[in-house]
Amino acid sequence: MVEDARSNSDVERLRRHHRLMWRIRAFEEQALRGLDEKVVLGAIHPSIGQEAVAAGVCANLACEDILLSTHRGHGHTLAKGAEPLAMMRELLGREDGNCGGKGGSMHIADFSVGMLGANGVVAANIVIAAGAAHAVKLRQEARVVCCIFGDGAINRGPFLEGLNWAAVFRLPVLFVCEDNAFAATTRTAAMTGGEGPIVRARAFGIPGVEVDGNDVLAVESAVAELLGALRTGDGPRFLCARTYRLTGHTGADPATYRPKAEVEARWKEDPIARVAAHLRLAGVPETELAADAETGQAEMRRAYQQAVATPYPRAAHAYADVQDVGDPRAEAY
Amino acid sequence: MARLTYLDAGRVALAEEMRRDPTVWALGEDLGRGGVFGQYRGLTEEFGPDRICDAPISEACILGAAVGAAMMGTRPVVEMRFSDFALCAVDELVNQAAKARYMFGGQSRVPVVVREPVGMWRSSAAQHSQSLEAWYVHIPGLVVVCPSTPADNKGLLKSAVRCDDPVVYMEHKSLWPLEGEVPDDPDFMVPLGQARIVREGRDVTIVSWSQQVNIAAEAAAKLADAGISAELIDLRTLWPWDKPAVLASVRKTRRLIVTHEAVSVAGFGAEVAATVAERLHGDLRAPVRRLGAPRIPVSYAPTLEDEVRVTADGIAATAREMVGPG
Repeated sequence: MVEDARSNSDVERLRRHHRLMWRIRAFEEQALRGLDEKVVLGAIHPSIGQEAVAAGVCANLACEDILLSTHRGHGHTLAKGAEPLAMMRELLGREDGNCGGKGGSMHIADFSVGMLGANGVVAANIVIAAGAAHAVKLRQEARVVCCIFGDGAINRGPFLEGLNWAAVFRLPVLFVCEDNAFAATTRTAAMTGGEGPIVRARAFGIPGVEVDGNDVLAVESAVAELLGALRTGDGPRFLCARTYRLTGHTGADPATYRPKAEVEARWKEDPIARVAAHLRLAGVPETELAADAETGQAEMRRAYQQAVATPYPRAAHAYADVQDVGDPRAEAY
Repeated sequence: MARLTYLDAGRVALAEEMRRDPTVWALGEDLGRGGVFGQYRGLTEEFGPDRICDAPISEACILGAAVGAAMMGTRPVVEMRFSDFALCAVDELVNQAAKARYMFGGQSRVPVVVREPVGMWRSSAAQHSQSLEAWYVHIPGLVVVCPSTPADNKGLLKSAVRCDDPVVYMEHKSLWPLEGEVPDDPDFMVPLGQARIVREGRDVTIVSWSQQVNIAAEAAAKLADAGISAELIDLRTLWPWDKPAVLASVRKTRRLIVTHEAVSVAGFGAEVAATVAERLHGDLRAPVRRLGAPRIPVSYAPTLEDEVRVTADGIAATAREMVGPG
């Protein structure tokens, strides 16, 4: 983190991050309450503690740039510009959710803001991202593709195949490994040979850097530099953002497999608190910092209430958007 | 009309579609040298290496990349080399390509054609000989095509390329050299989901697809010599499949044999048989018969490989049993 936020523009930037990170935090806290109330229906995978990665990466992406995310994707999706009401409706399985109630938390996509989907299969988004970037290159478009995945993904084949592909075809794709130290309920380090993501990326000739993923400005500036190279057509780049998952794997996981003291120590590195500390140093009053949190919480509370008041999709909707040829609305058996 | 092989008919179809639509491109292993069987011969020269894209041996990435590229407005034709190798990309096909449109609530379509050469071919043994078409028919979201003639390989491949759904396109390896008349018209298309009546008949309906159609045709000829009139239907596509054609035929003949090269157990023949049993049970003059491979892997040695083949004699004998004496 920068020692102090000197210029006004730095303060403004930090303030925007602070607001966005609070929106993400508030969305997920509201979703977790919804899970307790049994209104959020399926599994949700909170990214609490990882908000700086979403904010720092997406600050560098324009709407036409493409983002692919994971099962732990609420933060990325909000940061890319998706509407929380549609997302909340999706978590509740309601009409007018991003996916009309067909996807839920793990499949939220918003193509209107270039968000090509969360994905329920670890590492599956990496090869899809390579292909999206391949199309961008074939069509000679100016945009870039950004693919965020977790540390668990680096042990799956599509990670290796997708990175090799992107390197071979020199594709405009930024790979972001959001390393939160856990693959589901297992410590990734215990299941990973060698030195991890960056070294693997470099083995394919993909330049990469590692950053403190809880330092939003560090993430933002690292991504700015990597995308600068990428936008000149110099081939893929790789970022490893080290962070920590402060909650369990899912909303239902108490994460008793790790010592309390470890988690308490990690809470001291809470990326939102770190941004707030810098804003304080820069003279932003406490009331304003609190207002950022409250504004985010109020927005998500409203989204939740509106989502609760939205009906479930009609049953007939189950047959829509399967396929044109052999459409189940004509023949489902 | 031109006399073309099944292989060249597919090659011509792809070339025509690539000329017509600049968003169509092909990707797969060894395509720069014409593909493993020569299905892409000459295409790099015409379309360049960007549109006839050589790929590393990375089936998951070839298919996954096609999914991403399809979401971004291109129409990839994926070459999987052998359908057996496509099993390395089942997540990309089943969980991604087939699901993306639905689970994202209709925000995207995935217009990919996945070419998966199937079937027994020159002592290729257990990992280069399978016919797994039934697996894909089971997956909502996919269209499944199994052409059996050169003309169909042209017309169906063109329909597949123009289709907005993911299409699993299964060419049979032993059909590559088969010659036949193929229309020259660049807009010649064979609609997906429409069966072909190969031969009309009165006494028994034989339903088949892919290379097995030719074996069934041989059986029908033998039966004709013995005074039994068999109607042969080539389904051409398995999803959607032409139920009206099959039901109409069985209503007429009141007997059904369904035969395929794939393993009989839980093969697509079971679906055809069950559908006919559900709709026409009272009309049938004999129990429905399924003729597929025994549930054993395909072998290398000819004596072992032949054990899984359903022969023309076998089909004819079954028909004779069903029709009975005189």
